[in-house]
Amino acid sequence: MRTEALLAAALLAVAACAPHRLPAAEEEGGKFGADWESWRAETNVSDLSSVQRGARNFVSYCLGCHSLKYERWSRLGADLKIPGELLGKELLPPAAKATGYILTGMPAADAEAWFGKTPPDLSLMVRARGKDYIYQFLTTFYVDPTRPTGANNLRLPTTAMPDVLSELEGLKAAVFSTEAHPGGASEQVFDHFEPVAPGRVSLAEYDGFVRDTVNFLDYVSEPTQLERRQLGVWVVLFLLLFTWLAWLVKREYWKDVH
Amino acid sequence: MTVKTATGTAAPMPKSGARAGQGFWAWLNKRMPVDQFLASQVTEYYAPKNFNVWYFFGSLALVVLVLQLVTGIFLTMFYKPGEATAFDSVQFIMREVDFGWLIRYLHSSGASFFFIVVYLHMFRAFLYGSYKAPRELLWLVGMLVYLALMAEAFMGYVLPWGNMSFWGAQVIINLFGTIPGIGPDLVLWIRGDYGIADATLNRFFSLHVAAVPLALLGLVALHLVALHEVGSNNPDGVEIKDKVGADGKPLDGIPFHPYYTVKDFVGIAVLLVLLAIVVFFVPNLGGLFLEAPNYEPANPVSTPADITPVWYFTPYYAMLRAVPDQRLGALLLLLGVMAFLFVPWLDRSPVKSMRYRGWMSRSALAIFVVSFVGLGYLGMQPALGIYVVIARILAVLYFLYFLLMPFYTRLDPVKPVPERVTYHAH
Repeated sequence: MRTEALLAAALLAVAACAPHRLPAAEEEGGKFGADWESWRAETNVSDLSSVQRGARNFVSYCLGCHSLKYERWSRLGADLKIPGELLGKELLPPAAKATGYILTGMPAADAEAWFGKTPPDLSLMVRARGKDYIYQFLTTFYVDPTRPTGANNLRLPTTAMPDVLSELEGLKAAVFSTEAHPGGASEQVFDHFEPVAPGRVSLAEYDGFVRDTVNFLDYVSEPTQLERRQLGVWVVLFLLLFTWLAWLVKREYWKDVH
Repeated sequence: MTVKTATGTAAPMPKSGARAGQGFWAWLNKRMPVDQFLASQVTEYYAPKNFNVWYFFGSLALVVLVLQLVTGIFLTMFYKPGEATAFDSVQFIMREVDFGWLIRYLHSSGASFFFIVVYLHMFRAFLYGSYKAPRELLWLVGMLVYLALMAEAFMGYVLPWGNMSFWGAQVIINLFGTIPGIGPDLVLWIRGDYGIADATLNRFFSLHVAAVPLALLGLVALHLVALHEVGSNNPDGVEIKDKVGADGKPLDGIPFHPYYTVKDFVGIAVLLVLLAIVVFFVPNLGGLFLEAPNYEPANPVSTPADITPVWYFTPYYAMLRAVPDQRLGALLLLLGVMAFLFVPWLDRSPVKSMRYRGWMSRSALAIFVVSFVGLGYLGMQPALGIYVVIARILAVLYFLYFLLMPFYTRLDPVKPVPERVTYHAH
């Protein structure tokens, strides 16, 4: 029930915070997904409410399998300005301590048995692969009966991850075209997506959901990044002033040199 | 000028060998030649007055060295070598140690800045013939500093135990395996295990924080001793010691302190501005200073899509990959680095500075710079098709610069060198 309530709140927030850009082809009524490789996350980690929504999305949809083993709940609460009471009530899993790290409840051995590999820790995924990678990964799942999970992915073909977000996004099929190569060989090339079944939210809302989640993972990949940039402005301004003073001193001394 | 004494009274600035005065300073100087040392090395050490912007990079290299030592000491307080702990401890530094991220970014960016500064410092030597007699030994010691720096940077890159750390170490250490006869045993001895493993990481940590820094400090000290013995070259390549005034001081020399200390502070300030911009706003510098695959832990069964070293090694890496045979490639890489050692004896030009050299030396240096930078770029690209062809051409040009040096420097139509340095007061 709590998840449902969280989701409803998240979606309301998403709707309130539109406009999220849709993939270009969708807007023009062209073939949806044909340009998926050019899709960009276009998130801004200083957008606090987006990062907060992303945290909510992560806890509702990702934490079941994925950990953020380098981030503590308390750190998340402090950085995202979530009051301790709310953090404990809405985000913290029942047995977790606020000072503890954000760990999935799923035992690694079970994960290995169920999926063939342990779902990766996501703490550094944005720094390792980039936010566009994750955005494209979460938006290019398609139905594929040949896979054990029934789903496949364009960004990460034969991914072990099931299409867990399909209840939101809906199901879509990938249409491939056959491209002939000189020499008689041919290969299947992705052409576009066709909707199969609608999800609980519109495509625009799902797009916002994914962007918020990616934005949150961007924050987690380097929790100090906002502080870093804010401090940097002052450090650089000070050093510029120092450079000017050093130059004045140099000029004064060098008046003697002929 | 006055200095503060221990009693707080102002005393005249002590001159060389002076033992006058009371208090702590006099007490100290009776027991240790502080005044004498400062006078001979700083306040009465004469440097040519016509240094230009290229002469900042020596002192800047010293500043970056100190930066690396200090930040390294703090990182060592929290870093935990070991397969199971290294990666996590770096993340602990980045997230939970107060200003750990700042110390770590200063250290990771500092490594790249070290090479930027050193490469520009070396280019200065090519530009003004600073390696020519009587500065051959100065150049050789400098090259040893460069080699030690490469070893230091390579081993430091392994310590975060990211996937690129692991695979980079794999590629580089395997190069030793191409040495005929002892190769495979040597690789085993270096790694301390049958693969890149815990033993490798721990010995690299030991070498990175103790052995190589000690060697670096010693070599840098020797570099300075040799420099102060022969004196600095300058953009005109004129020996200022040849023209001394009635007081025995070089006519075109000025005391290092205060003139070059105040001037070098301007250079240091500019360096710090650039360093701060990188550290605070673009610490990865688009993957040039910190590579994305290194944010995934070392994984012996998952090779990164492209194994590329950090930018400062890529010119040599491109040479390695330009040759189809790995053994010959490794040999070429070695020769590429070692070629610098022979420059003082390959250069037969009667003049030092490029200002008075002719079109041959100038063109050769320009081609060399293009080949070095070009190889550096290609070393970051996949070794495919046209890239390999260009890398081969550039590698040939790179070696021709050294091999043909005795000929073009002798045939080069040089201009007359002035008696005194050229200097225009501002």
